[in-house]
Amino acid sequence: MQSVTVSHLIKNYPAGKKSVVEAVRDVSFSVDKGEIFGIIGPDGAGKTSIFRVLTTLLLAEGGKCTVDGLDVVKDYKEIRKRIGYMPGKFSLYQDLSVQENLEFFATIFNTTIEKNYDLIKDIYAQIEPFKERKAGQLSGGMKQKLALSCALIHKPTVLFLDEPTTGVDAVSRKEFWEMLHRLKTQGITILVSTPYMDEAGLCDRIALIQKGKILSVNTPKGITKEFKKPMWAVRSAEMFRLMNSILADPAVESCYPFGQYHHVVFHNAENEIQKLEQIIREGNFQNGEIKPVEPGIEDCFMALMKEQGTHG
Amino acid sequence: MDKVITASNLTKKFGTFTAVDHISFEVAKGEIFGFLGANGAGKTTAMRMLCGLSLPTSGDATVAGFDVYRENEKIKRNIGYMSQKFSMYEDLTIRENIRFYAGIYGMSDEAIVKKTDALVSQLQMTGNEKTLVRELPLGWRQKLAFSIAIVHEPAVVFLDEPTGGVDPVTRREFWNLIYQAAALGITVFITTHYMDEAEYCDRVCIMVDGRIDALDSPAGLMKEFKSTNMDGVFLQLARKAQRKAD
Repeated sequence: MQSVTVSHLIKNYPAGKKSVVEAVRDVSFSVDKGEIFGIIGPDGAGKTSIFRVLTTLLLAEGGKCTVDGLDVVKDYKEIRKRIGYMPGKFSLYQDLSVQENLEFFATIFNTTIEKNYDLIKDIYAQIEPFKERKAGQLSGGMKQKLALSCALIHKPTVLFLDEPTTGVDAVSRKEFWEMLHRLKTQGITILVSTPYMDEAGLCDRIALIQKGKILSVNTPKGITKEFKKPMWAVRSAEMFRLMNSILADPAVESCYPFGQYHHVVFHNAENEIQKLEQIIREGNFQNGEIKPVEPGIEDCFMALMKEQGTHG
Repeated sequence: MDKVITASNLTKKFGTFTAVDHISFEVAKGEIFGFLGANGAGKTTAMRMLCGLSLPTSGDATVAGFDVYRENEKIKRNIGYMSQKFSMYEDLTIRENIRFYAGIYGMSDEAIVKKTDALVSQLQMTGNEKTLVRELPLGWRQKLAFSIAIVHEPAVVFLDEPTGGVDPVTRREFWNLIYQAAALGITVFITTHYMDEAEYCDRVCIMVDGRIDALDSPAGLMKEFKSTNMDGVFLQLARKAQRKAD
């Protein structure tokens, strides 16, 4: 069963007298029940607009969306009872304590902390020692855990998490994803957006999005399989000069730095090693190394951006 | 080799809380120095001391040859600073923003005109000089903000998570600007949450609970911590943290 459907969604914002910003341009995808679905893209891609339409906080200019089989325009009241939403900006009451915030959200949804404690126990237990503290005085990671607890306290069927890991360090990010995977086992559908490409592999399926357009929807493995050309990892001393030399070769389609290596793709897959060896030799680059490499989500994202002309 | 930043037992306490705990390191001219740590490890506090914005509790440090206690005003004039949040004036144009910041840093009118033209063409923004910053895509803004941060050719530029939220291509274009600045001899001091970016640095230090627990080239750190990437190095170190700020 499909938990969320988005069909030809269009969202514009007025900008000046006659122009509009096209934030979401004809976006379609669907999310299965119990799935972790990631919407992955940079700032300004349209992630938050999609979330706000689905959480019935914003009306779209076009398209049809459903959540739990209900229409986001017609049935907005019923949808609001069923979903959990954690906005990108911390939106709890800063001058209420941790426990007061949680009680407040439980009461709003006609339930109690005790009734659904099982669902949040894992997460809430980590901040419970600070339950008397005002939410505004919590650290970033603790705020994140409280916000997630509040979004879950009424046992939603679909959880919307808008950039929950932005600005959070690598350790807290990892912990957060572990929490999401435990929630998935409870049958909750999770829509999560992120600008971090390395989080793609933690989702069941992902939509890559850029400038209001979907570049691709698939499993993370499916997306990297769509990358047809062989990719090479190259390194040497003087990496910046090496990149410029590689890019100067007309046979090269793209060359992007990836950590310690440059990832290189050629227009035509022939004699690539020889061509790279030649560049290293002629440029007199020391400690040259060339090896084949499997493309990752970020490689695919950049290739799709280039293909669909959404860079700039 | 010229040392552009030196820190020796640099410490900052807030009451009984030691935010930065006796850190010592040196950064050479033209080096790209990565400054990593979990949230709450003390990065921002350390950076504020080095920028002359906060006085240390004890220890010594110099930036661009100036002492952080006595010459912090001179430090401010000889560094550049940019963060993700640091915004230009949105209701000024590209050209006006450059003019404004260059003026603040005391450049002459003649130098400003020259510099503005060079900068606009380097950023491939020719023809858009009169565009309001508000109307620029995020990626353009970040590149412009970086160029403005080094408009006065400072000895060192501090970049506080400069690439958050931009697309992967723009993020790499931004790094090209960093490499170009370093090649001109500007020292780059950068914090980031992207571990692949840590690998682009010449050397990286990792803060844990206010201390520097590791400092080496990325390759050296990966060898030391037996990891194939910086993510693995970072997780091993950050997991040791006792301080639970986040």
